[in-house]
Amino acid sequence: MSATAVHNLWTTAADPISKIDAPKIEYGQLAPVLIVVGAAIVGMLIEAFVPRRSRYYAQMFVSVVALAAAFAAIVALAVGDHGTTKAGIAAMGAIAVDGPALFLQGTILLTALVGLFTFAERRLDPAAHGNRVDSFAAQAAAVPGSDSEKKAVKAGFTTTEVFPLLLFAVAGMLVFPAANDLLTLFVALEVFSLPLYLLCALARRKRLMSQEAAVKYFLLGAFASAFMLFGIALLYGYAGSMSYATIAQVVDGTVQDVNPALADTMGNDALLLVGAALLVMGLLFKVGAVPFHMWTPDVYQGAPTPVTGFMAAATKVAAFGALLRVLYVLLPGLRWDWRPVMWAVAIVTMVGGAIVAITQTDIKRLLAYSSIAHAGFILAGVIAATPSGVSSVLFYLAAYSFVTIGAFAVVTLVRDAGGEATHLSKWAGLGRRSPLVAAVFAVFLLAFAGIPLTSGFAGKFAVFKAAAEGGAAPLVVVGVISSAIAAFFYIRVIVLMFFSEPRPEGPTVAVPSPLTMTAIGVGVVVTVVLGVAPQYFLELAGDAGVFVR
Amino acid sequence: MNPVNYLYLAALLFTIGATGVLIRRNAIVVFMCIELMLNACNLAFVAFSRMHGNLDGQIIAFFTMVVAAAEVVVGLAIIVSLFRSRHSASVDDASLMKL
Repeated sequence: MSATAVHNLWTTAADPISKIDAPKIEYGQLAPVLIVVGAAIVGMLIEAFVPRRSRYYAQMFVSVVALAAAFAAIVALAVGDHGTTKAGIAAMGAIAVDGPALFLQGTILLTALVGLFTFAERRLDPAAHGNRVDSFAAQAAAVPGSDSEKKAVKAGFTTTEVFPLLLFAVAGMLVFPAANDLLTLFVALEVFSLPLYLLCALARRKRLMSQEAAVKYFLLGAFASAFMLFGIALLYGYAGSMSYATIAQVVDGTVQDVNPALADTMGNDALLLVGAALLVMGLLFKVGAVPFHMWTPDVYQGAPTPVTGFMAAATKVAAFGALLRVLYVLLPGLRWDWRPVMWAVAIVTMVGGAIVAITQTDIKRLLAYSSIAHAGFILAGVIAATPSGVSSVLFYLAAYSFVTIGAFAVVTLVRDAGGEATHLSKWAGLGRRSPLVAAVFAVFLLAFAGIPLTSGFAGKFAVFKAAAEGGAAPLVVVGVISSAIAAFFYIRVIVLMFFSEPRPEGPTVAVPSPLTMTAIGVGVVVTVVLGVAPQYFLELAGDAGVFVR
Repeated sequence: MNPVNYLYLAALLFTIGATGVLIRRNAIVVFMCIELMLNACNLAFVAFSRMHGNLDGQIIAFFTMVVAAAEVVVGLAIIVSLFRSRHSASVDDASLMKL
């Protein structure tokens, strides 16, 4: 008797399990994210297996190739009309591939590429024991000032883990504005936040401040994401689903076949309103809007400056993308509830950021408060709730991110014995000492202030125009007034640089490698091109301004 | 038992956690309170899952656990490095950057 026959004596074959369908994954449409995640994993393997001496070059190569390839994949998708007529939802409803998603992902990838160049800069700090060093700690685990740290510096260690960390953060940021269900949104938020917390703690100079910034960012960020998760739980309870489209239908009351359990919770508006409020609160924290902005100045000041630049630019793009999708795809049925709240948030953010920035004496803190004020301007475009509102926000984000990353790259150049000289008094007379650097920084400041012929003006004009057409004219008045307040402190820095005497013990301007020069150069070129000839890019953003549902 | 009671418990745990974050000084305890908030979210997910009769909520609870574990790894690394360089984990002592 065969084994099967014996088996058949006391068992009977059940129906083979054929009911579970394999999930359908559109690898082509998800290629940008997959490339970046794959490269990040390769980066971790490089840390494990490649000799320390050649890790830096291997990591640089992998990261640059991955970011460029991912951007090429985005362009290919956009050329293939995935942003307009063929926009769709990939990965079983988890990720939307549409115009806003592709536009923001492209912006994030280019920003990350420029940010990567500032990460890799190794000529600013004087060489320690004959080894070129970058802005990151020799060994993050060594206690600052201890013998083990000195040994690590002497041995020429560098934290090349920053490259895979950057790539993981970028992967999360790519998914965040494209997330089409709440679970994906939450996981993407954590995937990009956790590497950023670590990157903040890795400064080579001023390590105590850097660690303090990381603790503050981590505790407050985790606190905010816990609130957001509770909001997601309440929305799930309200609608019985995580998908944006389904929840939007339940909010509108157009959902078919309602089961009895769902009918109970669907009637409960408290679940919906509290859930939506907590969810939007979590997003506003990442955006850095008042009153959820308290972390911004400390973290921007304490983090290593290349990380600050990358974080200020790319996080803002990703978070505003997610906020737009949540408000426009998930909660359009609640717009009469969220618009007044966002009005209030936008007004206090614009005015608060601009006024507090005036009193700042540290250039990194000043730029932090300026980023808060800019979050308010972008919120004005979000509130418009029109297609031109979406496209103006997309354009503003693209323009703003390159200015920001360029400005922070300039901050890394001005140095004294203690590292970067970030106190404003030390910037006095910089224009006489090194006119080129001061002029470049002045261009960035003018773009922040929104002076015509810079990208800042084109962005602000688009956002305010959309807000006025969307019925938020009072908001535009407040926006213009706070722009004027903000212009005061930008101009003050320019005056300080060009019209005051340089101090004898003032800082020196380091001569960077081509990496940082490229970062700053790209920033200047984008600022001027988007300012002088914004039409093509405005049309691009206009074509990309429709979400898929 | 009525699953709504679990939602009340979840809300209570979440509030205890949030209050703890605001009033405790030690970074580790603050962090534990955040974990309590995440667990309260999990309880709410599972209770809603039971109420709706679909499994989404239970699956999300697993994802939340994984995220919480990853957060512990990163968070403890940062807090321990701060403690080693200052010999204190008090969040009030971390004030180098006050205006």
